[in-house]
Amino acid sequence: MNATSMHQGNVAIVGAAETERIGIVPDVSMIHLHTNAARRAIADAGISISDIDGIATAGPTAIELADMLGIRPRWADGTMIGGCSFMALVRHAAAAITAGAANVVLVTHGESGRSGVGRPPHIRPATSISGQFEAPYGALAPYASFTTPVLAFMKSRGFTREDLAEVVVSQRLWAMPNERAQRRDPIDIEGVLNAKPIAYPFTRDMCCVVTDAGGALVLMSAERARDLPSADRAVYLLGSGEGTESVIVSQMDDLDSFGPFRRGAKEAFETAGVTHDDIDHVMFYDAFAHLPLYMLEDTGFVGRGESAEFYRDGHTRPGGRLPINTQGGGLSYTHSGMYGMFAIQEAVRQLRGEAVVQVPDVRTSFVQGVGMMFGAGGSLILSNERP
Amino acid sequence: MFWDGTAAGELRIQRCTPCEKFYFYPRPYCPTCHSDQVEWQVVSGKGTLASYNINYRPFPIFETDEPQVIALIELDEGVRLMSNIVGVEPLPENLPLGMRVSVEFEPRGDQFLPVFTPESRS
Repeated sequence: MNATSMHQGNVAIVGAAETERIGIVPDVSMIHLHTNAARRAIADAGISISDIDGIATAGPTAIELADMLGIRPRWADGTMIGGCSFMALVRHAAAAITAGAANVVLVTHGESGRSGVGRPPHIRPATSISGQFEAPYGALAPYASFTTPVLAFMKSRGFTREDLAEVVVSQRLWAMPNERAQRRDPIDIEGVLNAKPIAYPFTRDMCCVVTDAGGALVLMSAERARDLPSADRAVYLLGSGEGTESVIVSQMDDLDSFGPFRRGAKEAFETAGVTHDDIDHVMFYDAFAHLPLYMLEDTGFVGRGESAEFYRDGHTRPGGRLPINTQGGGLSYTHSGMYGMFAIQEAVRQLRGEAVVQVPDVRTSFVQGVGMMFGAGGSLILSNERP
Repeated sequence: MFWDGTAAGELRIQRCTPCEKFYFYPRPYCPTCHSDQVEWQVVSGKGTLASYNINYRPFPIFETDEPQVIALIELDEGVRLMSNIVGVEPLPENLPLGMRVSVEFEPRGDQFLPVFTPESRS
C-alpha cells in the first residue's frame, strides 16, 4: 500500500484568522490572543470546535490551549523552534492528518509582546548556553544578538546600509494602505538611515515593530475539505521543509548563509514538485531588515550577492514581479514575538484573494520562517489549486 | 573549566583528540566526529574580528549607557566566539572586519570575561 503524501495538496488549510485586534491590545492576555484567533479561525472554516481533534501550538502548552477552548484532543504538538514553529506545526499537522493520527488540527499563536499581559517571564537562565556565552557580552535582546553576523554578510557581498534600508522602504509601500499595520508612514532610504540608532548598522525602522497579536489555522485533509461550505477558499500544502542549526548565533555554520533556509527551501520545492518560476508571492520572516536578503539568496530565488539589487530594482514592491511581505512584514505590519504565524496568514489571504493589498492572480505562495537567532528554519509552499 | 581558565588568565578551548578540531561552546562530545575523546587546551587568544554590532541600548543589568561592541571573533585555532571589543572608541571606523585582536580578561560580576582588544594597541 502506498502511503498518501503529506504534500502535493492532500492537506488543506480551511480556516485562517488573526485576532480581531492587533497592535496594542492591553486588555487581552497572551492565552486569550490564542483563543480569540482560534475561535475566529474555526468560524472561518465553518466547522464547530468539537470537530477539532488535534492541537498544535508554541508558547503555552497544547494542554493549556486545548483546555481553555474546551477540547480533549487525541493529538497534540508543542514543537518550539522559535518564530518558525508555526511553519513546522503546519508541516507536522499535515503529517499527522495523512497518517490518520488526527482529522482536524488547530494551530494557534498569540503573544502579548507589547503589553506583556499574562506573558511568562522572559528570563534566560545564566546556566543556559546563551546565558553563559552570549548574554554577558550584552547580546540579550534580539536586536543585540540577531544582528551580529550582518556586517560579515554585507562585506562578503559588498552590500551597504542603504541596501538594508531599501528592504524597509520596499515593504513600507505594502503597509501604507493597510489599516492593521503598525507602521504606515511613508519613508525613504534617508529616513531609515536617520532613524534612531539601535545596534549599528541597524536603526529603528530596520527592526521589527513590537505588538500584541494572535493568529490561528485549521487544517484537514483535502478530501474532507471538499464538503465544507468554505471549500472554494481552501489553501493546499504543496511542499515543506524545516531544520535547525546552532543554539547561539555565534556558532552559525556560516555567518553569511543559513543552512536551514537552504535545506528547508530545497526540500519544500522538491516535495511540492514546483520550481521558483511557479511562485507568484513570497513571505519572508523579517524580524530585521537583513533576513529577506539572506532568504532571497538561500532559498534560491536569486544567486549569491544578488538580493540587494533585486530589492533595489523594485521587484518585491507593489506591481513587482515577485511581491514580498505584502502586508508590510514584521518590519511594518505586526510582530508579537514569534511572527511566523502572520507570514502564513498573509499567504493564505493572498491565495484566497482576500488581502488588503491584493496581488493579482496569485496561485502559489512561498513562505520562509526563521526561529530564534538563526537557530531554525521552516518553509512552506501553499497554493489555491490542488494539483 | 572554561571559567576557571579565564580566572587564571587563560583562554581554554576544547579540542577533539581523534579529529584534532577545536570547537566551541564546551560540551563533552565533538560536534564534528561525535567522539567522546576530547581535551581542554590553552589557546593563543589571538584572532580576527569577523563581525560585530554596536549596541546603543544596553540592558539595565549592565548598569551603563555606553554603547557595547558585541563582536564575533575567529580565533586562530579555528573557532568562533562572541565577545566584546574593548580599548577603542565604539565607532565603525575603529572596527574594520579582519582586524587582528587579542584576548584580555575583564572582571564582571563573579567571573572573568574574555574580551578582545586590537592587537595594534597592545
